[in-house]
Amino acid sequence: MNSNGASGTRAHTLVLQVENRLGVLARIAGLVAAKGYNIDSLSVAETLDPTASQITLVVHGTESAIEQTVKQLNRQVDIIKVVDLTDEAHVEREMVLIRVNAEPANRAEALRTADIFRAKVVDVTPRAYVFEVTGDAEKIAAFIELLRPLGIQEVVRTGKVAIARGSKTAPRREARAARRPAEARAASEREEQRAEDEVAVLPS
Amino acid sequence: MQLTGSEIFMKCLAAEGVTTAFGHPGGVVLHMYDVMLDYPLRHILCRHEQAAAHAAEGYYKATGRTGTCIVTSGPGATNTVTGITDAYMDSMSVVFFTGQVPTAVMGCDAFQEADVMGTTRSCTKHNVLVQNTEDLPRIIKEAYYISRSGRPGPVLVDLPKDILMSRGDFSGYPESVRIRGYNPSIHGHPGQIRKAAELIARAVRPVLYGGGGIIHGDASVEFTELVNLIQAPTTLTLMGLGALDTSHPLWLGMLGMHGTYWANMCMIHSDLMIAVGARFDDRVTGKLSEFGKNCKIIHIDIDPTSIRKNVHVDVPIVGDVKHVLRELNKELRKIKRDWAKEQEEWHGQIAEWRAAHPLRYDQRPDGPIKPQHAIAEVFRLTEEMDPIIATGVGQHQMWAGQYYRGRKPRRWITSGGLGTMGFGFPAALGAQAAFPDKLVITIDGDGCFQMTCQDLVTCVQYNLPVKVILMNNRYLGMVRQWQELFYGRRYSAVDLSVQPDYVKLAEAYGATGLRVERPAEVSVAIEKAIATPGPVVLEVVCDREENCFPMIPAGAAIKDIIDAGEPVPEKLFQGWR
Repeated sequence: MNSNGASGTRAHTLVLQVENRLGVLARIAGLVAAKGYNIDSLSVAETLDPTASQITLVVHGTESAIEQTVKQLNRQVDIIKVVDLTDEAHVEREMVLIRVNAEPANRAEALRTADIFRAKVVDVTPRAYVFEVTGDAEKIAAFIELLRPLGIQEVVRTGKVAIARGSKTAPRREARAARRPAEARAASEREEQRAEDEVAVLPS
Repeated sequence: MQLTGSEIFMKCLAAEGVTTAFGHPGGVVLHMYDVMLDYPLRHILCRHEQAAAHAAEGYYKATGRTGTCIVTSGPGATNTVTGITDAYMDSMSVVFFTGQVPTAVMGCDAFQEADVMGTTRSCTKHNVLVQNTEDLPRIIKEAYYISRSGRPGPVLVDLPKDILMSRGDFSGYPESVRIRGYNPSIHGHPGQIRKAAELIARAVRPVLYGGGGIIHGDASVEFTELVNLIQAPTTLTLMGLGALDTSHPLWLGMLGMHGTYWANMCMIHSDLMIAVGARFDDRVTGKLSEFGKNCKIIHIDIDPTSIRKNVHVDVPIVGDVKHVLRELNKELRKIKRDWAKEQEEWHGQIAEWRAAHPLRYDQRPDGPIKPQHAIAEVFRLTEEMDPIIATGVGQHQMWAGQYYRGRKPRRWITSGGLGTMGFGFPAALGAQAAFPDKLVITIDGDGCFQMTCQDLVTCVQYNLPVKVILMNNRYLGMVRQWQELFYGRRYSAVDLSVQPDYVKLAEAYGATGLRVERPAEVSVAIEKAIATPGPVVLEVVCDREENCFPMIPAGAAIKDIIDAGEPVPEKLFQGWR
């Protein structure tokens, strides 16, 4: 995750608050597609305020293209707020349902693996288990890798959801202190750039 | 009060102050057109929906008031898509109302159904499908507000037939708008404005590069004040023409692909570029990797998306151009500096460029009419009448930009971003509808005019005395020019020598047709066209193969500009042989 791609692209986690209205998702998908990028993951649901929805969107792109995309998303009337959480302290989770073969010879191993990853068994048949597991991208990738030799029949993923760490009103600086030094350095350079941009955009 | 959707619609338009709409009826909007008869709205029936869309754009550009366009579903709506996209690219405030099939059959391939929301999502500032009759007042209020505020743009409202016909509660037109996802920045950041002023105070080779944003933001007074304050040479984009009086001594002419040589030289030799309401279009920057390498850039724009989209900017200021310029001028007035003296060398250099590479053409008295001559004559003869000039797209448009003379904003209407052939004539129709007593001229090409000339009859019907100056070279001139310069003169699909008799065509529609073929008669013909009441088509039979120079070839750097008479470098050859 967040690894640099071949052409200077990397995955960005964008969190959008949008009007819970017809056509909004099509608008977002259209904007990202117009940049020539594919949406890696997408999750949409209502917020505490039923007239608004929260969207977590993961998309690969170069820094400048993502910056431009964020600005264009922000420009949409039906999009209330867009935050790029990629370099912010944040928690991300995805829920996955996995149906694996449960032959007598490997039933125990499947359960042991599930136990290590705190996955729940949500369906059992004589031939298969369905596990439910929640975690970040690394954990889910590791879990799938370990189950693969047993024979995975089907994987269904919700797509990533993400939330910023810390209190919503806390200044960004505090959140940043929680990061590892190297990561924090790179992030703080970006932060300075962003602060400069914010200076340029003063709400009326 | 229980009213039908159509009645609510008409009441809302009246409350919004809409007096004129351009449109074309059809099946699903019959009910609305029936109700319309009982309201004072002036509906101008265009003969093609594309013309209605461009007319609404022309109306907006000439007046600054949002244009209104009403069409039916399906083909009515899809015919406006070119106009919608044109308005989107050039930030024109127009609200489009499209009929839609009844909600019950939407998505069922009903007769004259098109997914207009999906089709126009990427070419509107905002679009919305009305799902409840009672939402109409709020949606219409928001549509006009969104369209004209911030960076202006087209907004589309899709109106299903049943929404128009069913009854709903109407308690008046809302007085205010609150949209949580839409708050355009108006005031520039004071810190950034101070930084900009400091940069300007240090510059010895500044250039002001203004765009359409100055026109849309009604900021030409503030812009002119800035020019006078800092004594900087000033160029404008095609869309910005009119933001500065062309008789101003610091006026450089238009810049860009076919801009003046010296304006373009200023862009590459300046130490500070001050972009105001312009968006660094590729027709202005040329090759991006070579653009703005040796200068600092200040960029003032209301749309944060425009900032750093193509070009690195040192001091971005997001805000309404009028507000930002007021504040910036305030800062600059505090600075004690002999602006003109500090730039003496710079102005001297510009004068040299101007003398060495003037705009020029060779009009022989016995030769064919040079299009530049006719266009320059149009401006010379009408300048004092403060006309509104609209153009099509192509060579004639670029010549009109080069030879443009005007004192005020909102007198120049052209299609810049989308480059829509056929735009000029219906846009002029729209401007004339707004100002029936003003002189409105279209400088058009024969290729362009054939795309939308059907609306001559609309001009006749509504007594809109548009004067069409038709630059007829019987070619798609700009395409031919590229084929000549970059494709070894192999002309492919550009010959328009089989064409209608434009004099008879004008007469067939009930307008006046005139023709001029000799250079000596051009000015008399133009004067006659202007003096003739009603719509007039003056066909100017031009030199067929005149080229438009200077020219920065597409994708080339500004320094590679080709002036008239200079050879085209072999490396620019793009043909297949």
